[in-house]
Amino acid sequence: MRRSRTSSTGVAAGFALATIACVALGQGSTVDEIAKYRQALQDGNPAELWEARGEALWKEPRGPKRTSLEKCDLGLGAGVVKGAYAQLPRYFPDADRVMDLETRLVYCLVTQQGYTEVDARKNPFGSGNERKSDIEALVAYVTSESRGAKMNVSLDHPRMKEMYALGEKMFYFRGGSHDFACATCHAEDNKRIRLQELPNLTTRDGAQKAYTTWPAYRVSQGELRSFQWRLYDCFRQQRFPELVFTSDASIALTTFLARNANGAPFDAPAIKR
Amino acid sequence: MAGLLARRLWCAAGIAGLVGCAMAPSDAEIGAKATAVMKASFKEAGQAKLDRLDQDETQRVCSRYAGKEIPKDVAAVIEQQNLATIRYPADGKLVGDWKNGERIAQEGRGKQFSDDPAGPVGANCYACHQLAPQELSYGTIGPSLYRFGKLRGYTDEARRYAWGKVFNPDAFAACSNMPRFGHNGILTEQQIRDVVGLLMDPVSPVNQ
Repeated sequence: MRRSRTSSTGVAAGFALATIACVALGQGSTVDEIAKYRQALQDGNPAELWEARGEALWKEPRGPKRTSLEKCDLGLGAGVVKGAYAQLPRYFPDADRVMDLETRLVYCLVTQQGYTEVDARKNPFGSGNERKSDIEALVAYVTSESRGAKMNVSLDHPRMKEMYALGEKMFYFRGGSHDFACATCHAEDNKRIRLQELPNLTTRDGAQKAYTTWPAYRVSQGELRSFQWRLYDCFRQQRFPELVFTSDASIALTTFLARNANGAPFDAPAIKR
Repeated sequence: MAGLLARRLWCAAGIAGLVGCAMAPSDAEIGAKATAVMKASFKEAGQAKLDRLDQDETQRVCSRYAGKEIPKDVAAVIEQQNLATIRYPADGKLVGDWKNGERIAQEGRGKQFSDDPAGPVGANCYACHQLAPQELSYGTIGPSLYRFGKLRGYTDEARRYAWGKVFNPDAFAACSNMPRFGHNGILTEQQIRDVVGLLMDPVSPVNQ
């Protein structure tokens, strides 16, 4: 717990005020005002609650095997959490698969703690107060341990190279009732949907700013959201069917975006509207 | 797919250790594999069935050239094919109720797996365009449409252009970012008429 905490009610009230202020100020200064609002929120990020719960979930003996996740190998050796997220996704020989963090966590829940595949992946995203996701808490903890680490996703392994190439193709895949691709909204600088700025994910700068600020606590949802959720909800709005949690398409797109963010210091869990 | 697999096996068979894999998969092979992986990575939900991933010719060609400039002859074919899909109303009435058009332009729901299949279905024009100046919360992916009719003149030609553009924008600009609202069955004929009203009625706030 590095920072003081603000109650989520206070955050929500601040958000409402900021929204009114933005509308009153009009177009010219709106983007600046939203940036100031984000800055103000950084002082008390409820993501810390997820980080603390995730750390406990990581260290407690759990599951049918009554073991902790402290021997889970996130790519830097058994139990090494510090800096691991900044080098994901990566190819894991033990699973013979390219994995992002969420896929690797499911793998560890199964192989180390003895959960079934179905149990390990049944609750990927929380839905407000009545059902919290353990995966999202673990994601918050693990990613928080990479804060400040430089993004460093290697494509040296041929399977990583292939995943990156597939992710790039998927980024431009137009489909569905609306002809949308990721690129429809994320391939030009300085564009907005309504007042929401859109990162240009085809540029180094855009990919760095976007990728290094997920996961994030979403004020409007009262939930911490993982990168898997980010992709799932983008595709929902793209009018695609439902992206399967930890599917190869989700890992390919994550590989494409994470690699494009290489060199930037990781700075999440963040907070977003 | 088979080619890609064969090459990987070939690489694994021992060449890799000596000189690395000499032949990278072609762009077309990666594209084909990406499509196959996509299809295996989604499940149907609500009204969004897996056929949403079955690309038509326009989607396929536009995906291939995305991020690069589309050759002029390819763009011309796409525009021609899409132009042929535009259906004008049998009664010839192109301009509907701008007030209803404004509601459709504001409505962001429709066709998402989280949306009620019974509706409402909107066009969400403000997500990407400026229209009526009273609405400050507009996006910038598309051009401003403020004074759309006033600038072009309230001619039959301009009204037909507005109708065609909402029905199928790829007829006028290949691989447009804008959905093909009529061609893809997102909006009904009456909804298109009302959106055209928002753009082309002289009393619409868009034209003040």
